[in-house]
Amino acid sequence: MFDPVKIKAQHVDFFYGNQQALKDISMDIDVGRVTAIIGPSGCGKSTFIRLLNRMNDLVAHTVLRGHIYLEGQDIFSPAVDPVEIRRRVGMVFQKPNPFPKSIFENIAYGLEVNGYRDRDVIEERVVMSLKKAALWEEVKERLRDSALKLSGGQQQRLCIARCLAVAPEVLLFDEPCASLDPISTAKIEELILELKKDYTIAIVTHNMQQAARVSDRTAFFLLGELVEMGETQHIFTAPKDKRTEAYITGRFG
Amino acid sequence: MKRNFTQTLGFTFLFSSLALTLLVLFSIIYFIGVRGFRVLSWTFLTQAPRQAMTAGGVAPAIVGTFYLALIAILFSLPLALACAIYLCEYSPKGWVVNFIRVGINNLAGVPSVVFGLFGLAIFVKFLKFGVSMLSGGLTLGILVLPVIISAAQEALLAVPHSIREASLALGATQWQTIRRIVLPAALPGILTGIVLSIGRVVGETAPILFTAAAFYLRGFPKSVFSEVMALPYHIYALMTEGTHPKEQTGMAYGCSLVLLLLVLAISALAVFLRQRQRGRFHV
Ligand SMILES: Nc1ncnc2c1ncn2[C@@H]1O[C@H](COP(=O)(O)OP(=O)(O)OP(=O)(O)O)[C@@H](O)[C@H]1O
Ligand SMILES: [Mg+2]
Repeated sequence: MFDPVKIKAQHVDFFYGNQQALKDISMDIDVGRVTAIIGPSGCGKSTFIRLLNRMNDLVAHTVLRGHIYLEGQDIFSPAVDPVEIRRRVGMVFQKPNPFPKSIFENIAYGLEVNGYRDRDVIEERVVMSLKKAALWEEVKERLRDSALKLSGGQQQRLCIARCLAVAPEVLLFDEPCASLDPISTAKIEELILELKKDYTIAIVTHNMQQAARVSDRTAFFLLGELVEMGETQHIFTAPKDKRTEAYITGRFG
Repeated sequence: MKRNFTQTLGFTFLFSSLALTLLVLFSIIYFIGVRGFRVLSWTFLTQAPRQAMTAGGVAPAIVGTFYLALIAILFSLPLALACAIYLCEYSPKGWVVNFIRVGINNLAGVPSVVFGLFGLAIFVKFLKFGVSMLSGGLTLGILVLPVIISAAQEALLAVPHSIREASLALGATQWQTIRRIVLPAALPGILTGIVLSIGRVVGETAPILFTAAAFYLRGFPKSVFSEVMALPYHIYALMTEGTHPKEQTGMAYGCSLVLLLLVLAISALAVFLRQRQRGRFHV
């Protein structure tokens, strides 16, 4: 039977030390759709999506309660290898973070650590993912140059390409356009719509228009709680909760 | 008006301090250079000392210093890197690690003659390596252990957290992340640490005094268990022998010049390596 739910969070509480960052979050991320997560700064959006690929394992003194399932499998069960989860659930961060290596190596690295050995295959996949990330035309002449010489928007698309190369099933974007100009932002939004065909996507954003443009479903977080979640169209036209309405219309105190 | 005067005064003071420092530095180089240059020759660099060290050269001391430095670095580098990686990347943060860190930093402040005594007790006597190149090299290795650990730790900590996260998010293991991303990014800093510690090893006298140094050898060391001559100790030997003060003092200046040039060359190499890495990737 086809299960439309890719990732399921059930009653998730999360603490940094004794400060609670997430309170009883339950939500589904549907397969093949874009889920936007919106909410004011500090409400726990990053914390939440960083749980989905176990990036918060790296933060000391944290406590998690509840469950997160990836295709029915509890990703926090002791039998699960976090490395394996991160292979299946890729992430693009708020600030572009290319490795201090060449453009080519930035992408080849992910392939190599995932067991690719054949240089031809690696080369082929590097080119393919650069094309997918709409960066190929701009860098095809200088694949051996340092990735740090690229502009911010190009670096972010390189990070997306790097993530796509290892073929994850889910893509997590944490404010991918936060440090980009409108043109780069438009390019990345276009890209997300393109990627939707092949991946399940979750995107954190502060930009209401962006959420409206790229997402199918939207979740509104406030102070660590999930206030409301539903079809993007509904959330933006007829929110059920007063607080959601206040936030999306910009009347938030 | 008054402010301008204060500023000028301050500036003059800062500038003259700098000038004075440079003056001292250059007079050392000039002084050693002029006196050392008189005895410097091909023979001096390639032959063993003869006639109670009044003629011939210092080749065994150059070779000895080279071997001692090699043993010291071969021994301390892997150990120091492992310590630094463990402390920065694996160990849980907390007071234990802080305590270890403080301990390591304090180790760097221990006078070098104390390391010499330690080397005598452990390597020469307990492990029965005797007074040898091996004992001296290992003692020097321990001496620079904290230097390399500190440099490596600093270099590792300077690697931005964001690229570690990027690597892990791609499904790399922590070890892959360290080996392929963190270490290469930290390499310039680590290299500088290595080169600086070579400089330190090359110049130290006290640690080899009881563990490795020979007053006078006719030829080159035959194995790691031979005694060796070394440049800094040879200077000491020349100046304290006192049988032919005039010639021996001249030889000592020559020897100093060789040592000085060696250390300067090593420092220059450190600067060069750092610049080159910076140019490639401005991390
Ligand atoms: N590493 C951390 N250690 C301690 N507290 C943290 C840590 N990261 C986040 N927090 C806290 O958890 C709460 C949620 O932070 P989070 O980064 O998830 O917010 P956010 O919704 O992503 O905000 P923004 O929109 O500004 O990125 C905040 O109160 C923050 O101070
Ligand atoms: Mg955030």
